Amino acid sequence: MKFPYSEKVLEHFRHPRNVGKIEDADGKAMEGSPACGDMVSVQIKVDEKTKRIQDIKFESYGCASNIATGSIITEMAKGKTLEEAKKISWKQASDELGGLPAIKAHCSVLAVEGLRSAIRNYEEKHGLVTDKTPTTIEIIEKRLRKVMNPLSGLDLVGTKLIKKIELKEGVAKIDVDLPENHQFANSIKEEIMEKIESLHDIKKVSITFNG
Amino acid sequence: MFDEKMIYLDNASATRLDERVLKAMQPYFFDTYAVATSEFGYSQGIEAREALQKAREVITSRLNAGPEEFVFTSGSTESSNMAIKGVMMALQKQNKNHLIISKIEDFPILYSAKNLEKQGIKVTYLDVDKYGFVDLEQLKGSISKDTALISIQHANQEIGTVQNIEAISEICKEKKILFHTDATHTFTRLALDVKKIPLDLISVAAHTIHGPKGVGGLYIRKGTPLTKWMDGGFQEFNRRAGLENIPGAIGFARAVELVTAQENEQLMSLRDHLISHILAEISQTTLNGHPERRTPQNANITFHFIEGESITLHLDMHGFAVSTGSACFSRSLEASHVILGIGGDHERAHGSIRFTLGRYNNLKEIDKLIETLKEIISELRKISPLGKD
Repeated sequence: MKFPYSEKVLEHFRHPRNVGKIEDADGKAMEGSPACGDMVSVQIKVDEKTKRIQDIKFESYGCASNIATGSIITEMAKGKTLEEAKKISWKQASDELGGLPAIKAHCSVLAVEGLRSAIRNYEEKHGLVTDKTPTTIEIIEKRLRKVMNPLSGLDLVGTKLIKKIELKEGVAKIDVDLPENHQFANSIKEEIMEKIESLHDIKKVSITFNG
Repeated sequence: MFDEKMIYLDNASATRLDERVLKAMQPYFFDTYAVATSEFGYSQGIEAREALQKAREVITSRLNAGPEEFVFTSGSTESSNMAIKGVMMALQKQNKNHLIISKIEDFPILYSAKNLEKQGIKVTYLDVDKYGFVDLEQLKGSISKDTALISIQHANQEIGTVQNIEAISEICKEKKILFHTDATHTFTRLALDVKKIPLDLISVAAHTIHGPKGVGGLYIRKGTPLTKWMDGGFQEFNRRAGLENIPGAIGFARAVELVTAQENEQLMSLRDHLISHILAEISQTTLNGHPERRTPQNANITFHFIEGESITLHLDMHGFAVSTGSACFSRSLEASHVILGIGGDHERAHGSIRFTLGRYNNLKEIDKLIETLKEIISELRKISPLGKD
């Protein structure tokens, strides 16, 4: 039998560690989209005092290297401080797995980005972000590109489901071109909140559905 | 961890050689290994020549064509290159520089067309509907006085959809346009009679029917203008130069003889069993292609919310060989142009798995596949962030 991956990649692929969601996660992130091939969700629980990652879970819509990297990265980050975890690189994750094919770099780097985004999300929520760049409509749009319509698996901006974004004195107004009773309206709303609310200068997010 | 015997379900890519084919080929490696000489050559060469002629007769009789209308090639890639480039080159002199193909053709046709486009040939890429059928009205509307050739596959390589080539060939005949079809995935599996359907060129191959790899052929209706592009000797009625692959040709002919109507019915029943059980027993699945108008050996199903390479790798570890339209699996890292062509999104392509059956598959294997798939799909969906709300 000859497989295209190392033993360790196959091991993590077959038995991924720390799969799922954390009920009351402190930091959350979703990276990638089905349109680009792979998607990873990372959620963390952080000890407020020590700033250590107490728990971490991931989910993956992706190929073997995506799943294996998601799995190994959760093992590597668990117990580390946020500062330490931020520094985990794709190279380190790949080395830990006994190497990944170069052509698969883009599928596996998503997990690393997912971890960093989840940490960033925690820092934003807890006012730990030192970078105080004022939020712009472009920044909001960029973040909405990571919100998926679970049905099509495509992002809201790419599929032109965002009708309008307004930003005035810390209040962000977002119009979504979907009916209010759309089966995924609620989960989409939650995701938008999650992504935008944590920005340091956003006081309120109001989302309207009108498809 | 691993099953001893691989259950091979990628017969559209390559098939296991039938022992009877090997047996037929063997004497042409060890006894009659001479070049096929002219009728004035030495005895072994004459024997080789006669064997080649007999093989040609066996193959062309399946098409109800004459043996002089068939050229052996190195496979269907060469056959389709030869047909498309040969015709376009031949008719350029008459200022006919327009080629029509469908968007979901296999790579030899698609990339021959793209290559010709760079050289100034106009190419129309026809859309297909959700099943993969070419729109006949769009086809008619695309024809101009410059149209030299229409190339529409008999059946699709990934989703198995069988085109209405009867209707297409009638349109071509009426408009006096040459018609080529790629029958790599239908030859001997579905009837193809050139006396009933006015086809001008047909690509066929041995590797899909338990024959040897590297052998194929092109049917060329008598009188079809075709520029020779493999130059050298005068083999194959001076249509294609190069030493004849006599064992290959013999093997191809034997492989053709061995495909029976009964076998095709058996494949169809296995296929229907596979499709109906997967769709019924695994949720969030979509059949790609048409439920009835598909090749006897092809099933193609999308398992939503998960990625195809993960499925194929798990299946591989359980001893099954299949293929997927996922970008992660392909050498080009591009998602299947066929699934995208039938209006599917990337998600549908990524989760698509092609199962193609052959002579050595049986019901027990298919049942084992279905059980294994249920486990794998459920495990992968547990990991996926999609489709849970």
